Amino acid sequence: MKHDSESYLVNKGKRKGLLAWVTSTDHKRIAILYLASIGFFFLVGALIGEIMRTELFEPGQQFISAQTYNALFTVHGIIMVFLVVIPGLSAVFGNFFLPIMIGAKDVAFPRLNLFSWYLYVIGACLAFYSLFSAARPPDTGWTFYAPYSTQTGTNVISALTAATVLGFASILTGLNFIVTVHRMRAPGMSWFRMPLFPWSVYATAWIQVLATPIIGITLLMLIAERMFKIGFFDPALGGDPVLYQHLFWTYSHPAVYVMILPAMGVITEIIPTFCQKRIFGYKAIALSSLAIAFVGYFVWGHHMFTSGMSNTAQWFFSFLTFIVAVPSAIKVFNWIATMYKGSIDLKPPFLYALAFIFLFMIGGLTGLSLGAIATNVYLHDTSFVVAHFHYIIFGGMGFAFFAAIHYWYPKMFGRMYNIKIANLGWLIIFIGFNFLFFPQFVIGMMGMPRRYFDYLPQFTFGHQISTIGGYILAVGLFIMIYNLFKGRKGPIAEANPWGGKTLEWQISSPPPHENFDEVPVITGEPYNYE
Amino acid sequence: MIMNRAEEHNNKEIAKLGMWIFIFTEIILFGGLFIVYSITRSKYSNEFHGAAAHLNVIIGAINTVILLISSTTVAMSITAVQTKNKKLALRLLMVTIVCALVFLANKYFEWSGKFHHGLYPGSDLMMELNRGYLLFFSLYFFMTGLHALHIIVGLTILLIVYYKIDKGIINHEKYVLLENGALYWHLVDLIWIFLFPLLYLIT
Amino acid sequence: MEEEHQHIVPYETYLKILAILLLMTCITITVTVIDLSAWTVLIALIIACIKGFLVMSIFMHLKFESLLLKILAIGVVLLFAIILAITFIDYLNR
Repeated sequence: MKHDSESYLVNKGKRKGLLAWVTSTDHKRIAILYLASIGFFFLVGALIGEIMRTELFEPGQQFISAQTYNALFTVHGIIMVFLVVIPGLSAVFGNFFLPIMIGAKDVAFPRLNLFSWYLYVIGACLAFYSLFSAARPPDTGWTFYAPYSTQTGTNVISALTAATVLGFASILTGLNFIVTVHRMRAPGMSWFRMPLFPWSVYATAWIQVLATPIIGITLLMLIAERMFKIGFFDPALGGDPVLYQHLFWTYSHPAVYVMILPAMGVITEIIPTFCQKRIFGYKAIALSSLAIAFVGYFVWGHHMFTSGMSNTAQWFFSFLTFIVAVPSAIKVFNWIATMYKGSIDLKPPFLYALAFIFLFMIGGLTGLSLGAIATNVYLHDTSFVVAHFHYIIFGGMGFAFFAAIHYWYPKMFGRMYNIKIANLGWLIIFIGFNFLFFPQFVIGMMGMPRRYFDYLPQFTFGHQISTIGGYILAVGLFIMIYNLFKGRKGPIAEANPWGGKTLEWQISSPPPHENFDEVPVITGEPYNYE
Repeated sequence: MIMNRAEEHNNKEIAKLGMWIFIFTEIILFGGLFIVYSITRSKYSNEFHGAAAHLNVIIGAINTVILLISSTTVAMSITAVQTKNKKLALRLLMVTIVCALVFLANKYFEWSGKFHHGLYPGSDLMMELNRGYLLFFSLYFFMTGLHALHIIVGLTILLIVYYKIDKGIINHEKYVLLENGALYWHLVDLIWIFLFPLLYLIT
Repeated sequence: MEEEHQHIVPYETYLKILAILLLMTCITITVTVIDLSAWTVLIALIIACIKGFLVMSIFMHLKFESLLLKILAIGVVLLFAIILAITFIDYLNR
């Protein structure tokens, strides 16, 4: 009995040290493994970003050649998209908290879960290999558009293989989570008594499972093009490069919902807790996650308006793009409505959640100008697009990740970080982020193209503000991360420091190995405040 | 005792649901290839028509029949296990395995025939072909190649299942592994059901 | 509970389905040989779908599984069909 109520951080069984961690099938330990690896790759990707921003401080070449710049933005994209943002929230917080929040003691397939992490590491190693191997690192952009990707002499194949392996890891995680939610909820936990973070992870899992195979096969086709000249996407051999774009975005658009849905789930957990109020519109939020997942499959063409698609297709995709914005807006309204007349506590998780809503809205609204065909033609491939997706992905998913780590930190590690320093980190990150990316909207509208390492003098001022913003952001990130590291030796945290109502706050911090001493029986709704 | 049964039942449902979701991913995986096929064919319908004449319909048809039979026998082996007929189960499974091997042998002959004539992805002959023909053969090799890979994986699974039935690890009380292995095999059959007409029968 | 998954399909059922599948295969090949040009594709595809349906519902046991699994299977096939259709919206209108 004593064994089972021991913290999961304490080794149980024969293995010791690092080995006990990398061979563990405990979902909480796997989550921490992901946290460490994803955190590491985020820093590598961020460093590459800082190098690019430094080069862009002035027009002309500073210290990077054009070829190197192309490789930098390619690898930055590959690392951030495939190693950080797509797995990010699901692999870390989905793994740690999905079972706990539904009252289960682990996921449906614990060994498969560990295997997914191994695949992740293998994929990451392959991605790194492509970066540092003898042939030049890929310079195609993370989007690998044909026919350039099938002809360039750089090391594309290992990058493609990396992405395929990582996709497989994503599929297996999604599969695991779907079965877990369907079959391992605690007695009494009907679907509409399940908290909203599990709902979002569930919706995400379906996208992981049903969209990722498309990129898998598409990248395999690219590899076959490079190795065997099969010709599907090569106009010289009768193929169609736009077909590649169709297939690529058929996955990569739903992929952005893989990024943002769990993020929204996190925010949906944090807001009720720090307003001490029941979430407004529980069913609307649950169902809007499914709606986004579903409609999100049919909008991919908005990445391709200028590619040579038919007008009919343009019209179709633009229309659906506007429709898919609606369920997201519903969530925003519900979050704000929850805050109304709530008892608000401005702790770091809530600050990050507020920042999320603000930044996500900017990203979302600028998305409307991109979703409308006429304005898209003007803005496509400008730095406006870069700003848009960084607001959504970094301002959205990134800030939600920071919110999640600050929210669930005491639960995961049993310690509390310094709140004041966390607030300071938040402020500097927020300021730095906006200085970094907002100017990119402006210069984009003025005509600054994306993926260019040189530019006309009229864009200099905007670029300089952006680069300085990047350094401020780096300072903020350093403060935040340092504070969280120091927090491991901070004061011992109680089981429920924030006054949350969901199941994870009813068990000890950190949780014991099997999560619950006895199987919980659910008798009411998840957010039963007042 | 009752808790145990409910747990066992749940475990079986978990395994089955997991397998079905994996099957869905495979359907989408091949789906991507069918999309490329469809779009490319709509552009080069005459050339596909002409190129497909170079495929051996007889071997293709034999392979179709073989897979259909193998699907039947593996499904029947489940009934055999359920009715405690271990001997029959093993025999049926052996037929399935033999079918798989024959399929692979046919595929080997088909492909080596093509290679012998200089027809393989990236070959000089391919590069000189009419573009519609080139794309047809690229699709032929890629799709049947990926399918053959799945046959090999399925074969491995069937061999493992055979071993486990033989040792009694799979029995009338616990046979979800057989069911899941059979599901995978049916998937392989399912894909071929669509590959065959689309590649061999468009003449 | 236990019983529904002890659902045992008789050998004869499988053999009957095999007969139907083999028959359909013959029909498909015959139709090709006769060559009804545009209709050939359609008929071949429809027959393939029927064969696929039989394999999924009887061999793969979907007919005897939960409603959830049936809905999911239909959903996946539908999703693929919609994606294919949308892609064609581009190509057919160029």
